[in-house]
Amino acid sequence: MEINDFKSSEPMAWCPRCGNYGILTSLKRALVKLGRQPKDILLVSGIGQAAKMPHYVKANCFNGLHGRALPAAFGAKTANNDLTVIVTTGDGDCYGEGGNHLIHNIRRNPDITVIVSDNQVYGLTKGQASPTTDECTVTKIQTAGVILEHLSPLALALSVGAGFVARGFAQDTDHLADLIFSGINYKGFALIDVLQPCVTFNKKNTYEWYSKRVYKLDSSYKPTDIGIAFQKSLEWGDRIPIGILYNVSKPAYDQKTCPAV
Amino acid sequence: MPDEISVRITGEAGQGTQTIGDALTQIFKSAGYHLFAYQDFMSRIRGGNNFFEIRVSIKPVHSPRRRADIIICLDKPSVDIHKKDLAVDGMLIVDKAKFGMAGIEVSMYDVAFNEIALRVANDALYSNSIACGLIAGLAGLDFAFVEQGMQAVFGRKSKEIIQNNVNSARAGFDLSLENPHRKMFLLPAVGKDRLTGLDGIIVLDGSNTIALGAIRAGCKFYTAYPMSPSTNIMNIVAEHAAQQHIIVEQAEDEIAAINMAIGASFAGSRAMTSTSGGGFCLMTEGISLAGMTETPIVIVDAQRPGPATGFPTRTEQADLDFVLAAGHGEFARVVYAPGSVGQAYSLTIKAFNIAEKYQIPVIILTDQHLQDSAIDAQALDPGTSPAKRFIISKEESAEITSYKRYALTDSGISPRAIPSWIQDVIYVDSDEHDESGHITEDAEMRKQMVQKRLHKKLHGLLQELEQPMSFNTNDASVILLGFGSTLGILQEAAQALEKWKVGFIHLSQVWPFPGDEMLKLLSGARMIISIENNAQGQLARLLCREIGIKVGKSILKYDGRPFDIDSVIEIIKSELQL
Repeated sequence: MEINDFKSSEPMAWCPRCGNYGILTSLKRALVKLGRQPKDILLVSGIGQAAKMPHYVKANCFNGLHGRALPAAFGAKTANNDLTVIVTTGDGDCYGEGGNHLIHNIRRNPDITVIVSDNQVYGLTKGQASPTTDECTVTKIQTAGVILEHLSPLALALSVGAGFVARGFAQDTDHLADLIFSGINYKGFALIDVLQPCVTFNKKNTYEWYSKRVYKLDSSYKPTDIGIAFQKSLEWGDRIPIGILYNVSKPAYDQKTCPAV
Repeated sequence: MPDEISVRITGEAGQGTQTIGDALTQIFKSAGYHLFAYQDFMSRIRGGNNFFEIRVSIKPVHSPRRRADIIICLDKPSVDIHKKDLAVDGMLIVDKAKFGMAGIEVSMYDVAFNEIALRVANDALYSNSIACGLIAGLAGLDFAFVEQGMQAVFGRKSKEIIQNNVNSARAGFDLSLENPHRKMFLLPAVGKDRLTGLDGIIVLDGSNTIALGAIRAGCKFYTAYPMSPSTNIMNIVAEHAAQQHIIVEQAEDEIAAINMAIGASFAGSRAMTSTSGGGFCLMTEGISLAGMTETPIVIVDAQRPGPATGFPTRTEQADLDFVLAAGHGEFARVVYAPGSVGQAYSLTIKAFNIAEKYQIPVIILTDQHLQDSAIDAQALDPGTSPAKRFIISKEESAEITSYKRYALTDSGISPRAIPSWIQDVIYVDSDEHDESGHITEDAEMRKQMVQKRLHKKLHGLLQELEQPMSFNTNDASVILLGFGSTLGILQEAAQALEKWKVGFIHLSQVWPFPGDEMLKLLSGARMIISIENNAQGQLARLLCREIGIKVGKSILKYDGRPFDIDSVIEIIKSELQL
């Protein structure tokens, strides 16, 4: 497989320099490395800028409702296990509108990979706060600043039992491609939150802002200790870790059994 | 000697009126009688007042009566609650000692259930089985049928429990033999023909038949969020899931349920979800998604009275307007409204076929009354042939290297491929899209896609209508009209009033509306009376909207209870000045 095998002819609707371009590149590189044909890959999305991504990849695409990518992905994977199912979603789609489905699909642990373009802002609706918007950020609606607590999606995922939790940065496409590849190969629910600069609506969390803060978890980091993973998942501000925070094997939805009653 | 009797057993939740109901249903079925049994229960697990009622007859019966011939009270509050519903010459059975009643009225009869249960089985709970034996004895049944019924219901319990139940039933049965009113309730013997042909007769309710219909239709993905009165469908599918290779998943909410089902259907499985009105509200965006993405899906709305939480355990037909319009935007849909367990089975199968053939959402509109009412019926033919699929087969798929999911066709139906089966990729989008499934804002393409999803599909669907059932509509003095669970009421009322030229029309498909057939049936009608479990006469309004015919009267009931046949006949008679 080559990059061109996953090339779609659809014209792009993203702003120039959008963080999603880096995520798209990383996704395609991971797919090339995976070696499966486009017909065996299903990209599922909801609504938002990130949710347009399946149209820009040559692969099966189910672009459903806002917030509802995960239930549709669960249904599709369960019905057709031959498909490699990847969800491309955003912070509004996955952590806001679809928060309930995130919790319960982590608990179900279907063998799907969820890539969240987390730009900490609502792009498609032009700049309102998302669940991951930093506190006190001023928007057109939150005119005196956001007073809601900033959601830590990776800590949330760990608390409900996710076995694969990672964070990437849209600018570091090689690193992100590796994360996505690992996520796809993980048997179970893999969550990859990606720091994604929004050049139009998020003037705070820019490429420069993230670049100054992100650091890679190196080989000395053991992603098997939930306590340490929790600490890393909550690290935000001056230093933000990227890499695989947690990676333990768990029975996936189609492998789970209970002792005979 | 009456042709039929109605028996009601009442007590608080937790006293086992449902178990005793199951036992009585099995007993009378084994003895060859026809029956109609329903539960009236409150939304609670303990306390309150519940009742089970069974109507037993030598002729087929399909609806509740207004009054019961025998009422057995398992607790004292039941006496005052149900006394008014006792038939003239009926018998209300009480436990004087347990209830602390000084004296009893003429219509009452004392049975020391509590004391006998303690004596025979050392546990007051066995009062239930004493009541079973008593009723069977009063109706003149052979005790062997009681034993059969007990075996059918308690067969999985320990030998001791089964024996205690049988002994208790025997004590009740013996009591019946000395009851001075015994002759009032003796049922005529069942004909030999019926008894020898009983092998294929089983007891079915709406939940059973919808679940079995779904399994027969090849449903492989079932997801729902529990909600009365729809939950039993999922319970029954779950029982068969392992053997039939069905994935049954309890969703975190109804939004998840419908989106999961749509995802599963897109990926190749026949998929279904079920709920009641409140959950259906949450599903509406998903219904719109199924319409837009042209993904087949079957949804059951088992109605209960609303608005909001309403009466969780009771019945109503007030979601008709809602399901016809549910989901934003315009797209083709089908709404079936089965009126019997048989229709519930066949229309569930048809729902899967039509949904898949036309790539649309199909709604099965039922209600608590149909879901929970049991009737004796011929066992369903499980069939052996696999369900016919309306997708591009795996064999054909292997050859397909270029594919457009929404290719424009005369019928509006684009051949549907399954992802990973064909060599090309498939794009499906909730945005307006072009033939290949990519997002478009083109005005002409938009028009063509609307026509495809709406007009062209509707044209095909009109050729596959489930036509209304009709009886005596020619030259009728009055035509009764209904949909869904009131079929039994329509049938029995029209039969009872046949000599006054009363006919009926029952719609088991309400959308697309069978307008041509209704015009034929109703042309020349002198008077039309709609009978509906809602407050507005929603079917009557639909009739007027679709074909311009107005009903003369609507008999409406919106107290959460089903119609009883006696009251309906009385109203029709007064309308006809009989």
